[in-house]
Amino acid sequence: MGMPTVRVFVTLKPSLLDSAGRTVSGALQKLGYAELQEARIGKMIELKLDTYDPDRVKEMCDRLLANPVIEDYRIEETVA
Amino acid sequence: MKVAVLKFPGSNCDQDALYSLREDVGVGAEYVWHEETSLAGFDAVFVPGGFSYGDYLRCGAMASRAPIMDEVSRFAREGRPVIGACNGFQILCEAGLLPGALLLNAGQKFLCKDVYLKAENSTSLWTQGVDKVLRLPIAHGEGRFVTDEETHRRLVGNGQIAFRYVGPDGSNNEKFNVNGSYEAIAGVVNERGNVLGLMPHPERATKELLGSTDGLLILKGLACVLA
Repeated sequence: MGMPTVRVFVTLKPSLLDSAGRTVSGALQKLGYAELQEARIGKMIELKLDTYDPDRVKEMCDRLLANPVIEDYRIEETVA
Repeated sequence: MKVAVLKFPGSNCDQDALYSLREDVGVGAEYVWHEETSLAGFDAVFVPGGFSYGDYLRCGAMASRAPIMDEVSRFAREGRPVIGACNGFQILCEAGLLPGALLLNAGQKFLCKDVYLKAENSTSLWTQGVDKVLRLPIAHGEGRFVTDEETHRRLVGNGQIAFRYVGPDGSNNEKFNVNGSYEAIAGVVNERGNVLGLMPHPERATKELLGSTDGLLILKGLACVLA
């Protein structure tokens, strides 16, 4: 077993305009992907840990990795 | 009577702030490194603009967790003057000392130009001296103030909206809302009114030579308290 790896996906709340995502979406549509409705950009932060304690990773998200005013996050555990 | 001008790795408006406070506002000012843990001997805080920590993760996120920020929170609680301009505004929002957050400008571009501002609240120490439409420079990529409707109602009710982007004649028109901020909000104060955050740079408009002295109308609120 490798060391636990946790992926944190941080996304802008759906109600907020993602201006960078809108630019990407415009570019894809110009490339001919007419079926595209919207593109939204988020962040993926990969954490390699000695031990995985879900409460502590949640705490990392709440204290620094995500801003609850504008973002949502999701934690995914994978084992490398 | 002294203002602490904070310095984070990547701050770049700290010298402008120190100079304008000393030379043009006429108060004492000293730099305080972000790793310091005490603001003893200071009466107010200026959180300067720049690109603290390279704007990594989110603008102001890492700086808002720096050791000195516990002291800045204490100043905020105790009702002492705290002002954050540009990245300083982002830092104060990230620290939870001000409501809302700042996101990438609606037009995606970094904006470097003069804007016009109207004070919306004349009771805070920062806006009490503002008796006209202000012309101040902005220089930011992430200045779109966002908040939700309910918070906005609360901010309006509490008189926490400090400045909105307006036209040169003070008119409200969405075309002057340069970065697409919620309800054209350019600056907000905390409930008590002693903490101000704004995207424009008052410290860059304190001399005729700089093109505008309107920044003094905001910064002189500081001098009144310190005098």
